[in-house]
Amino acid sequence: MSIINLNQEHGLTLSQMEISLGEKRLLGPVSLEVPPGEVVTVMGPSGCGKSSLLAAICGTLDPALRATGRVLLNGEDISARPPEARHIGILFQDDLLFPHLSVAGNLAFGLPPAVRGRRARRERIEASLAEADMLAFYERDPMTLSGGQRARVALLRTLLSEPRALLLDEPFAKLDVALRARFRGFVFGHARAKGLPTLLVTHDPQDAADAGGPRLQIDADGHIPGGRPAGRGHRPGGVS
Amino acid sequence: MSRRGLLSTLPALTLALFLAPVVAGLVGTWLPAFGYFPTLGGESFSLAPWAMLAAQPGLGESLRLTLLSGFLATFLAFWLTILFLAACHDGRLVLALRGVMAPLIAVPHAAVALGLAFLIAPSGWLVRLVSPWATGWELPPDLATVQDPHGLALTLGLVIKELPFLLLMTLAALGQVRAEERLAVARSLGYGPVTAWLKAVLPAVYRQIRLPVYAVLAYSLSVVDMALVLAPLTPPPLAVQVLRWFNDPDLTLRFVAAAGATLQLLVVVAGIALWRLGELTAAALGRAWIAGGARGRSGRLLRGITSGLVLGLVALAAAGVVALALWSVTRRWRYPDAWPAELSLETWARQAQDVVTFTGNTLLLGLAAAAVALLLVLGCLENEQRRGLTPSNRALWLLYVPLLVPQVAFLFGTQVLAIHAGLDATWVALVWSHLLFVLPYVFLTLGDPYRALDERYARTALCLGARPNRVFWQVKLPMLLRPVLFALAVGFAVSVTQYLPTLFAGGGRIVTLTTEAVGLSSGGDRRVIGVYAFLQALLPLLAFAAALALPRPIAQRRKLQTQPA
Repeated sequence: MSIINLNQEHGLTLSQMEISLGEKRLLGPVSLEVPPGEVVTVMGPSGCGKSSLLAAICGTLDPALRATGRVLLNGEDISARPPEARHIGILFQDDLLFPHLSVAGNLAFGLPPAVRGRRARRERIEASLAEADMLAFYERDPMTLSGGQRARVALLRTLLSEPRALLLDEPFAKLDVALRARFRGFVFGHARAKGLPTLLVTHDPQDAADAGGPRLQIDADGHIPGGRPAGRGHRPGGVS
Repeated sequence: MSRRGLLSTLPALTLALFLAPVVAGLVGTWLPAFGYFPTLGGESFSLAPWAMLAAQPGLGESLRLTLLSGFLATFLAFWLTILFLAACHDGRLVLALRGVMAPLIAVPHAAVALGLAFLIAPSGWLVRLVSPWATGWELPPDLATVQDPHGLALTLGLVIKELPFLLLMTLAALGQVRAEERLAVARSLGYGPVTAWLKAVLPAVYRQIRLPVYAVLAYSLSVVDMALVLAPLTPPPLAVQVLRWFNDPDLTLRFVAAAGATLQLLVVVAGIALWRLGELTAAALGRAWIAGGARGRSGRLLRGITSGLVLGLVALAAAGVVALALWSVTRRWRYPDAWPAELSLETWARQAQDVVTFTGNTLLLGLAAAAVALLLVLGCLENEQRRGLTPSNRALWLLYVPLLVPQVAFLFGTQVLAIHAGLDATWVALVWSHLLFVLPYVFLTLGDPYRALDERYARTALCLGARPNRVFWQVKLPMLLRPVLFALAVGFAVSVTQYLPTLFAGGGRIVTLTTEAVGLSSGGDRRVIGVYAFLQALLPLLAFAAALALPRPIAQRRKLQTQPA
């Protein structure tokens, strides 16, 4: 359809992604590029398949659905890899902190085993908590934290897993307005600082405005009006 | 790769493990029923066993007892469950009962039967409580309150045992049919509470509880252990009579027994078909009743009656267990005293050695069967989730097979096979035979919570770089710790209850608390029966208590931290 540079060495690239249930196409085809440190926003009404797109990118798509097309991360085709080998972090509406583990336990779950030794692991976790001003919560049970605190721990857990791209599935939707702006800043700040290509799915225009990057609009039938892929610095139609 | 292979073969393996013995056992019983049993000289097929069966004295009476107690018990337990929930669904009693449901269901059949017998026998506790001051009975009255000619004591025992099961299954089903909304709509259209429930909720909920109701009917029509305690013995209900023929020293009676066992299967199949016919009739009448638009009244009278009956039955079950415990520590209890004259631990001390052995056997068997069942069930559920399969209705029916087919109709054939395989009277055969009945309950208990766990936890964990096996062990299993332990307790309790499988697979050589308590019931010393039957009731209760208490520390840690620092 258009010229996409599949040899893009950096960032997350989707090429002709389509999601279907049996014969029925639910979404796509979508092609887009997310350069490192940039946030691309995908907007659309609920039920249009936004979450399925993210699930297809990180490899956790419901087996009843089928995804075609390619996902490239820093130039490598990762479409056939299992989710744990893709190095794509995802944040959902709910924090999904494991309730049976402490805050530190949750963070340790995310930290790769390559960081060896109790002391080294502890230091990494403490450093990450300290950076978010949450060092005091190290031993706490996540269920005893406030919503905003839990959301931050969830992001820290994802970042500690050293992802190479970040997917955001409406992670701000359940926070109240004041908190939402702050947490948004926190997430985008971290993503930019680490140079992560970030794909945000939302139906809140304010999220998209704050993200600042290109926007892509999906309609209720899973079509992308205009159908033009997003390229660097170039805004496809359907900006709401 | 090989691990994934192992996991995906697990459902087939599970199905084979618990259905193959049933199918093979049925065939192994049908062959001798039609004369083919080379070991005993039956080389050709014939109808001779059926002719011999028909000629057995008392067969008609056995059938009458079986049908009467089986249908009456199922009918009463079902309607009491339905009317109680219709009348009291918004009351506090339902909430209170929900809390004690698990321990109630956990009391094994044999213990319920023996406890009931200790209460209602002519020399039982109830008569002692009111004699002689109210009844004038200086001696136990000459009344057949237990082992009565119409099997009414057995019917009562079955109702006591099956009511909590049906209540639990119906309460679980209510959530699935969104009963609250249906009720709210019906009430707002001017229907009284009971009528609203019967017209708007029951039709939907019955679909969900149909299989459990069939299981109750099949069980009631073929019960052995409770019948040995509560039913008349000359002649006994069909299932007990079949067991006697199987155990008769006259080996030619094996053929009659096999034919009788097959007849027992036919009775259950016909019984379920008859019940289904009743369903259709009731549905037609119900539709006409609903179309009539009658709104009904407040239902206060029904509320009083049904809650009284339910409380009475629960109280009987509890009092029965207390009676078992009391008799086990009695030294002297003369009729008609209301309380033992002297209490002591003498009986326990005298039985100590057997108590330890039989309790050990029961524990080992129950834990092994429950653990194997849990592993298989977890494997099947995990495989289902990883491959994105949706549970089918047909699978549910397969799961119920061992609960619908009468035990006495296939255990003989299974035993013959076990003898051929050299497994007879081994622990393998014993655990396996219990597994047939433990596995369905463990699956039914664990399936819903396992499927209800938010799948995004697993997805998050995968995206953090954890492999599927690590996600299973470190995320799903710990999050499901409570339902997993609960399912383990259910499995253990089901194993403790088993009488007939233990008898057949154990070849009488491996004795459990259950086989001992039932074995002693005819003419045994009440104090000794009390020891074994009370222990039998106690073990499942302890298992449930442990399942509820173990995950406590997590909750406590959480509570501690929520306190303002």
